[in-house]
Amino acid sequence: MSKNIFFFVILTIAPSLLRAFSPESPTDRRVLVLLDDFAIKSSHSLYFNSLKSRGFNLDFKLASDPQISLQRYGNYLYDALVLLCPSIDRFGGSVDQAAILDFVDSGHDLIIAADVNSSELIREVATECGVEFDEDAASMVIDHSSYAVSATEGDHTLIASNDLIKSEVILGSNKIEAPVLFKGIGHSLNPANNMVLKVLSASPAAYSAYPKAKLSSPPSLMGSAISLVSVVQARNNARILIAGSLSMFSNRFFRSGVQQAGTATKHEKAGNEQLLTELSRWVFHERGHLKAVNVRHHKVGETDEPAIYRIKDDLEYSVEIYEWSGTSWKPYVSNDVQLQFYMMSPYVLKTLSTDKKGLYSTSFKVPDAYGVFQFKIEYENLGYTTLSLSKQIPVRPYRHNEYERFIPAAYPYYGATFSMMAGLFIFTAVHLYNK
Amino acid sequence: MAVPVDIITKQTTPSSPLRFAFGNVLAFFILLLIGVLAFSIRLFSVIKYESVIHEFDPYFNYRVTQFLIKNGIYDFWNWFDDRTWYPLGRVIGGTVYPGLTLTAGTIWKVLHSLNIPLSVESVCVFTAPVFSAFAAWATYLLTKEVKGTGAGLTAAVLLAMVPSYISRSVAGSYDNEAVAIFALIFTFYLYIKTLNTGSLFYATLNSISYFYMVCSWGGYTFIINLIPMHVLLCIVTGRYSSRLYIAYAPLVVLGTLLAALVPVVGFNAVMTSEHFASFLVFIVIHVVALAYYIKGILSPKMFKVAATLVVSVGVVVCCAVVAVLVAVVASSPTKGWSGRSLSLLDPTYASKYIPIIASVSEHQPPTWPSYFMDINVLAFLVPAGIIACFAPLSDASSFVILYLVMSVYFSGVMVRLMLVLAPAACIMSGIALSEAFDVFTRSIKFHISRLSDTLQTDVVDIIPGNGATPQIDVLKADKKEDLLKERPSRKSKKKEKENVEKPSIKSKKTEKTPLVLPIEASFFALFLTVLLGGFYVVHSVWAAAEAYSAPSIVLTSHSHDGLHVFDDFREAYAWLSHNTEVDDKVASWWDYGYQTTAMANRTVIVDNNTWNNTHIATVGTAMSSPEKAAWEIFNSLDVKYVLVVFGGLVGYPSDDINKFLWMVRIGGGVFPHIKEPDYLRDGQYRIDSEATPTMLNSLMYKLSYFRFVETDGGKGYDRVRRTEIGKKHFKLTHFEEVFTTHHWMVRIYKLKPQKNRIRVKPKKSKSKTSSATPRTGSMKKNPWH
Repeated sequence: MSKNIFFFVILTIAPSLLRAFSPESPTDRRVLVLLDDFAIKSSHSLYFNSLKSRGFNLDFKLASDPQISLQRYGNYLYDALVLLCPSIDRFGGSVDQAAILDFVDSGHDLIIAADVNSSELIREVATECGVEFDEDAASMVIDHSSYAVSATEGDHTLIASNDLIKSEVILGSNKIEAPVLFKGIGHSLNPANNMVLKVLSASPAAYSAYPKAKLSSPPSLMGSAISLVSVVQARNNARILIAGSLSMFSNRFFRSGVQQAGTATKHEKAGNEQLLTELSRWVFHERGHLKAVNVRHHKVGETDEPAIYRIKDDLEYSVEIYEWSGTSWKPYVSNDVQLQFYMMSPYVLKTLSTDKKGLYSTSFKVPDAYGVFQFKIEYENLGYTTLSLSKQIPVRPYRHNEYERFIPAAYPYYGATFSMMAGLFIFTAVHLYNK
Repeated sequence: MAVPVDIITKQTTPSSPLRFAFGNVLAFFILLLIGVLAFSIRLFSVIKYESVIHEFDPYFNYRVTQFLIKNGIYDFWNWFDDRTWYPLGRVIGGTVYPGLTLTAGTIWKVLHSLNIPLSVESVCVFTAPVFSAFAAWATYLLTKEVKGTGAGLTAAVLLAMVPSYISRSVAGSYDNEAVAIFALIFTFYLYIKTLNTGSLFYATLNSISYFYMVCSWGGYTFIINLIPMHVLLCIVTGRYSSRLYIAYAPLVVLGTLLAALVPVVGFNAVMTSEHFASFLVFIVIHVVALAYYIKGILSPKMFKVAATLVVSVGVVVCCAVVAVLVAVVASSPTKGWSGRSLSLLDPTYASKYIPIIASVSEHQPPTWPSYFMDINVLAFLVPAGIIACFAPLSDASSFVILYLVMSVYFSGVMVRLMLVLAPAACIMSGIALSEAFDVFTRSIKFHISRLSDTLQTDVVDIIPGNGATPQIDVLKADKKEDLLKERPSRKSKKKEKENVEKPSIKSKKTEKTPLVLPIEASFFALFLTVLLGGFYVVHSVWAAAEAYSAPSIVLTSHSHDGLHVFDDFREAYAWLSHNTEVDDKVASWWDYGYQTTAMANRTVIVDNNTWNNTHIATVGTAMSSPEKAAWEIFNSLDVKYVLVVFGGLVGYPSDDINKFLWMVRIGGGVFPHIKEPDYLRDGQYRIDSEATPTMLNSLMYKLSYFRFVETDGGKGYDRVRRTEIGKKHFKLTHFEEVFTTHHWMVRIYKLKPQKNRIRVKPKKSKSKTSSATPRTGSMKKNPWH
């Protein structure tokens, strides 16, 4: 029965995803961290410790370790992958570019830190995700106006940027006050690609070039088109973080103070720790993960879901939407969830009203058109997972006995008919018996 | 059968009631045998293949019948089908001619109440043969009304095996025409019967029969135009009588009221111009009736005055009516005529303006050989029948002539309407053969009796003696005329009035020279006539066995290594029903829509009920578009699977590549970015290396020929087009092959899901990544947006 078939689609979730982490608690638990060398484990320990303290089970491996593998017997061993190995040319074990992309396509999350002179492999993985690093692998982002004031460095490659995306879902509710320190390669995004978001972009005066040589031609990447840190949310809601700098994850950058050139305020601590911690919360689905359950629709005054509606029926539709807080499902409150009653184009488009406890509902009259409609919710809010619900429901025309039986406007015709019949009867009687 | 036994004996020989009874019994058994013949000649398909529903439309009718039996008549009436024409759906109850379905449903109910547990499918398969037996009997009745029992029996036996009718009514051909031809002939019979008797009882029956015809087939408009034409003909030739009025007026009133009860017709019965002729003639016959009535009560002088008055008033009224009609007709965009009807009047209309009508092969004009194939020797006998109908010309025989002339014209327009011609041809040929036998046997008997009885002088003496052997035409004609006017009088209560009118018309035509041929010539001619009939039987049986019995869902071919059976269609539909979700949508060209819903039980986008040209054009556009644009169109229609029929491997000619130009034309008719010349190289349709790039990149080409080159080791030789294909090695980016049947006749593809990630467009790199096609989600080419 079509009424029982209920399409609850968080886009194309593959069944394997359901095994990897349960949709009931979408936060990742098992994380594989691949490193160039184990020195990073200590030099970036602050970052790792913040992950561990939130309950993640980190598994550190050398990227060249021949034992690493992402899955066993078809099941993924990890929920997320962190690639802090910008220079690796070839992973050990069974991991390669295709394996990493399959890992993402089956709904798992990924953090990539590239750097100057990243390997072709890392760049290719980023390209597949929609991020293109500067073609010149040795180039760095140079900014002569908003560099970080520093005693030692003079080539303005250590830049301090505070041009962050405005999204509380991605960056958390506490505003990041301090500029973020960055030293590494820049990348660009395809503006037509709506899945990839620029989280940290360079200032309008920045450019990407090889710092030790003179500029012979205009740099290919310039200004705020340069993205320093980007995030991707794939159609299956897998989340990817791509950063052009490995050192921005390091303890040194986390702890160092920062003063942006041209400003007087000197911050005690760079914004790196807050930014990257909040981003990891988002990437690992501790935030911004929605679920929609209990889609119900029925005629006004009834409670059972019908298999088919009739045109001009009044119906009620409701759905419950919850957001994952990292530990539990909380009601999601928003006033911009819209429902379409859709057949090739939306016939009805209504904003759902919410009771602030997660229940969204509306009621409307079925349009005067029959066909196979869909209740559609396409909810794409910045930073949140995509909610895409569609539920097919046919709408039939009136039955033959559902029309009005007697129309007042037709009474003259009824009168004419019956008077004609009576007249004919009288005429016949007179004609036959009046000889 | 040639001698009209009972007609002659009835009146003339009170001394031989036994013979009279014997003639009737003989006629009864002959009719019974004709019924058996009509039924059994249509069973070749069951014997040679199996008991299955044939072709395309019958599958829809079968599905509707199943629904009717399962859910009852009210649910059937109100059935909104959401599994076809997705997402529009189709109101089946209001758009289907319910006659066939209700007939089969009733048969099934009756059989089950008698505890005969036939399956619905068996009932559907055998409905058509049963009704062709009925049609043969109806032909007997009709021809008997026109020319007597002998002609009736001959016509019935001819109709029982006329190839044209067999092609539409073999076992399994469960289509509207199966019952409609019976209804058509029976309605004509009742009209003639009413015309001959002037009985209101038959007039009412006639309306009911007409109602059944309206229920069964859109071809009912043929009746409601032919009968008014005949009435007009009778009036114009001065044959107006009260019988004509009784035959016509109740039919128009009751028939129109009843027709309006059929949901699919509804107000069309009074709103469309196909029906206007009947109303116009209805007015005319009343004017004429009034004129006759006034003529009867007034003196001739007064009548002259009155006539002038009436004519002048009548002219004014007619002008007004014509003006109203013209205004009504002109106000509608197609001038009140539906496309199919317009293509009847102007044979080039459809191919010029409506590709969707022209694309159906049965809507094309027939070729000359198809006349020989479908009615065979009847084509030569028909003129003789017309001559026989003119001697003498009665109301009934003029109707038959008119029927023949009209149906010949219509069959020349649309090959499908050959079916309407077939009964007319059978009736005419039956009359011709019967008359011929009559003449030959009469001549022979005349000579024999002259030889045996040298004293033979007066033919009148012989008749009481020989009873069934009329010898002289004059006499026979007299007798027949007597009979024609007497028979009604026995049945009708108002015989006096009738008889006053009739002889005045009939007796004029009885002058006829006695026709007696030399005995040798008679024997020879008899032999030749029997030979002709023999040829007809041989041809009909051949046509029934070989030409028209293929169910078209199972194909066979004979080759040097034996019989090959191609059961690919059912293989594909079974795959769909077992391997796809119940709500998945399958897109294919509309030909396969009915079969997909009936056999695979999957939702289709378009089907053989071509009611929405735009929707079909959308599918046509998708099939003619490059892969990506096609993907977007299909995706916007929620299509999961695409089904194409491909005959290139086994040489099955009616595949999608051969139909492809129609998809282009129909698609281009609505979405002008599809242009037919883009698919033609110098006006030629070709798929080899000379084909245009648009052709080679179209979805239909790709889906048909994907991996085709693997079948014959790199050549890619198409056996239908008899050429090597143009583009051999290619990959599909937006579709994936999920199933191909054993002989590659049906190929099913699945739409690939949208890419999970959007990779960066390669900017300057000329390397391997050029095949990547980043999708941006915008749907510019999609006609829905």
